[in-house]
This record gives sequence, C-alpha cells and structure tokens, in this order.
Amino acid sequence: MLKKKRKEQERKMKDSSFIPVLAETMTSSLNDLNIIQIFGFLLGVLGLIFFLGAAVGMLRFPDFYTRMHAAGKGDSMSTMLMLSGLGLVTMEDYSLGSWLVFVKIMGIVLFIYLTSPTSTHVLMKAAFEDNHMPLDEKDLKKAKGKKK
Amino acid sequence: MIDWFAMLVGGSLFLFMVPLLYRIWVGPTAYDRILAVNVIGTKTAVLLVVIGALFDRVHMFVDFAIAYALLNFLASVVVSRYLNRTAAERNVEEKTKGARA
Amino acid sequence: MGLELFNTMILLLLVVAAIVALRVKDLLTASVVFAVYSFLMCLLWAEMGAVDVAFTEATVGAGISTVVMVATILNLKRKSSD
Repeated sequence: MLKKKRKEQERKMKDSSFIPVLAETMTSSLNDLNIIQIFGFLLGVLGLIFFLGAAVGMLRFPDFYTRMHAAGKGDSMSTMLMLSGLGLVTMEDYSLGSWLVFVKIMGIVLFIYLTSPTSTHVLMKAAFEDNHMPLDEKDLKKAKGKKK
Repeated sequence: MIDWFAMLVGGSLFLFMVPLLYRIWVGPTAYDRILAVNVIGTKTAVLLVVIGALFDRVHMFVDFAIAYALLNFLASVVVSRYLNRTAAERNVEEKTKGARA
Repeated sequence: MGLELFNTMILLLLVVAAIVALRVKDLLTASVVFAVYSFLMCLLWAEMGAVDVAFTEATVGAGISTVVMVATILNLKRKSSD
C-alpha cells in the first residue's frame, strides 16, 4: 500500500515538476556558453524591449506623426540590437565562415539603417502634402475633454 | 541553447506584431496602415534570421533576409510615391475648382 | 518545439491579415495589407524549410504584385473611397 502511494507521489511529482525541469535545462545550458553568446543574448533581449516600446508607441500615440516617430526610431533600433544579438549567439567557431555570416548580418543592419529613414521620410512627405495636419493643443484638449 | 534563445526572440516578435496588426485594422488614415506594414516588413527580416538560427543554417537565411529587406523597402517607397501623386492631384483639383467657381 | 510555436503564430497572424485585407474600405490599404499577407506567407514557407518558394513568394508578393496593384489604383480616375 505504502509503495503504491510513493509511486503515485513520484508520478505526480514528475508531471508537476515541469518548472524545475525547465529551470534545470536553462541553467545547465547556460554554463556551457562563452562570453560572446551571453553578450549576444543580452543584446537580443534589449532589442526586444526596444521593439516593445515601439509597438506600444505605435498603439497609444494620438497622432500619425507621433506614431511615425515611434515606429521609425524604435523599429530600426530594435532591428539593429536583435540582429547583432543573433549574430553573436549563432557564431560558434571563430572561423572565416562564421565571421562572414556575422558581417552579412551587419550588412542587413546597415541596409535597414539606410533605408528606413528614407521610407519614413517619403511617407511623411506624402502625409504632409496631403495637408494631414499634426494635432495641436486645441485638438488634444478637445480629445481629453471628450474622454473625461 | 541557441534555439531556446531563437524561440524566445521569435515568439515575442510575433506577440509584439499583434498591436501592429491592430494598428492596421484601426489606423484612421491610410498612412498609419502603411507605416505599420513598413514596421512589420523590417521585423520579418529579423524573423527570417531567427528561423535560420532555429534551422541552424544561418548562412543561407541571411542572404534571404538581405533580399527581403530590399523588397520591403521597395514596396513601401512605391506606395508612398503613389500617395504623394494622388495628394498633389487632389490639391490641383481643389485649387482649380476654387479658381473656376 | 520552436517551429510548431512559430507555425501556429504565423497561421494566426495570416488569418487576421486576410480578414483585415477584406474588411478595409480604402483600395490602396487593401493592397498594402495584401503585402503583409504575402510577407507572412513567405515567413510560413521559410519556416517550413522551403526557402526557394519563400523567396519567390517574397519577390512576387511584396515586390511585384503590390507595385502592380498600386499602379492600377493610380490610373483609376474615379476614386472609390466608398
């Protein structure tokens, strides 16, 4: 009777012990990792935080031009961080090949840095010439008045 | 370890794309929608590299992501140029209407 | 495990993009949202491992069809802002 109960507990413990197993795998895989990959991991997480900022900015800003500001900056910054983070993490042996991949990833970052301002500029010019005026204090006060 | 990190980045990238899709759905003017599409485009390039990392064939997917960034830039510039021309035409119409009336 | 996660997420976003592309009123925005749809399709192909198909989908979807649709909307005289 006792043995069955203990087997029961073991089985239950095994099922519900997913969290420590996950924690164990995470910690065990963290220590076989050199400095570069840890640095890459940090860059990636930082890029994610910036992109969260950009997404929230795109969502909550009242006017088109403020959203454009959020998208333009947050987008290119987070792309740069995430891509360099990924480049560092996926670079195992420091042979020429993996360095070439890293340089190509930096090529993507450079390209996005060159093109995203241009495209946001063209879009902004189109919006401005369509006399889509940015909000000023009057509209904001009116909007706040309506919300309250 | 790498694919654990790639899963984290890719999963949260998809999660953060949802507000962008909401912005596309709601976006009062067409310009907001094009802006959101532009952001999704650059993020897709990052996602391609993440998928490459998951397949651990990054060298193949990196070239693909470069070409993808080019295409996305092309699409958003063309759409903006189109909006620019229709805006100019509408202004011309308004001015001539004013003059004729 | 990572790829199944991506699979479901891309498919969900695909459905949302398709619905948005149908529901939106302005013609131009529909073609732009169609570009998002082909972005996600290209991701789906890439995620399933078919890289060349994903590449053609990307060139055709984002590159050519959006540009051609926008060009046709440009030549429309009657603006359909219904």
